[in-house]
Amino acid sequence: MTVTLNHYLVLGAILFAIGVAGIVINRKNLIILLMSIELMLLAVNVNFVAFSRFLGDAAGQVFVFFILTVAAAESAIGLAILVNLFRNRRDINVADIDDLKH
Amino acid sequence: MNFPDIAFYLFAAVTSLAALGVISVRNSVHAALLLVLSFFSTACLWILLQAEFLGLVLILVYVGAVMVLFLFVVMMLDINAERLREGFAKYLPVGLAVAVVMAAEMILLISAHPSQHAVAGAADPAGAAGLSNTAWISQALFSQYTLPFEVAALILTVAVVAAILLTLRRREGVKTQNPGDQVRVRAADRMRIVKMASSKPAAPSLLEKGP
Repeated sequence: MTVTLNHYLVLGAILFAIGVAGIVINRKNLIILLMSIELMLLAVNVNFVAFSRFLGDAAGQVFVFFILTVAAAESAIGLAILVNLFRNRRDINVADIDDLKH
Repeated sequence: MNFPDIAFYLFAAVTSLAALGVISVRNSVHAALLLVLSFFSTACLWILLQAEFLGLVLILVYVGAVMVLFLFVVMMLDINAERLREGFAKYLPVGLAVAVVMAAEMILLISAHPSQHAVAGAADPAGAAGLSNTAWISQALFSQYTLPFEVAALILTVAVVAAILLTLRRREGVKTQNPGDQVRVRAADRMRIVKMASSKPAAPSLLEKGP
């Protein structure tokens, strides 16, 4: 069975679904939540690269470049917030972070 | 089935299994390492698609920088992993159901139109233009997308400033040197020279005041 565009799109769909499942399952662990977001971004990037290659348009690969930039910035700031949170609370349990409710 | 197709199925299987491992393993360090494996296999897939530049950027930026950052943070924090997994069994059925339904819907949508684009049939767009993949991307990046490229640089700068500002901690009562003060010091601030006469006039003698 020859590999077509659809095969790459299916792989992207599976990766995205795994990322969504990771967010629902690991609701307490902030680090795994960040990793699940990275997985979902990776799935989107797989789709972009596959479309760019099969439709012959450079814009797809340029956008993957920008998405990688934004994702790197996002994870750096996310981890900085995580470190700050741990310093203040000695814990990163998402269920306990409800300070704004009080 | 030729060799690139076998390679695709192999890389895709490794990527999916590693991603499944990321969301299910108990240890956060193992999760980070499995995410590295997942990114690496995806980079292999992109290179298989002749997107060599992005494949290498994925390895350099993600495996080399972002995942090392993740590993640093995971190892630095002293986390009670058991408490964080409390809801795991409770949310597992919901999470699996949502994920399976979502994946099934997307796959259904994708296979509704059989693709006419096969790797073997489609010519490499960069090769067709007589360029390497890197030159092909950079021509688009530096002509059509120059402004977004500058904005991306700005975003990275803001992210660096924000990350440092968030984690910077000023601690009171710690004895440290301030190099700025040390450089700026002047002799006049440290030592005060007081003018004094070198000898005192002699006190009047008692003998001269005789009765």
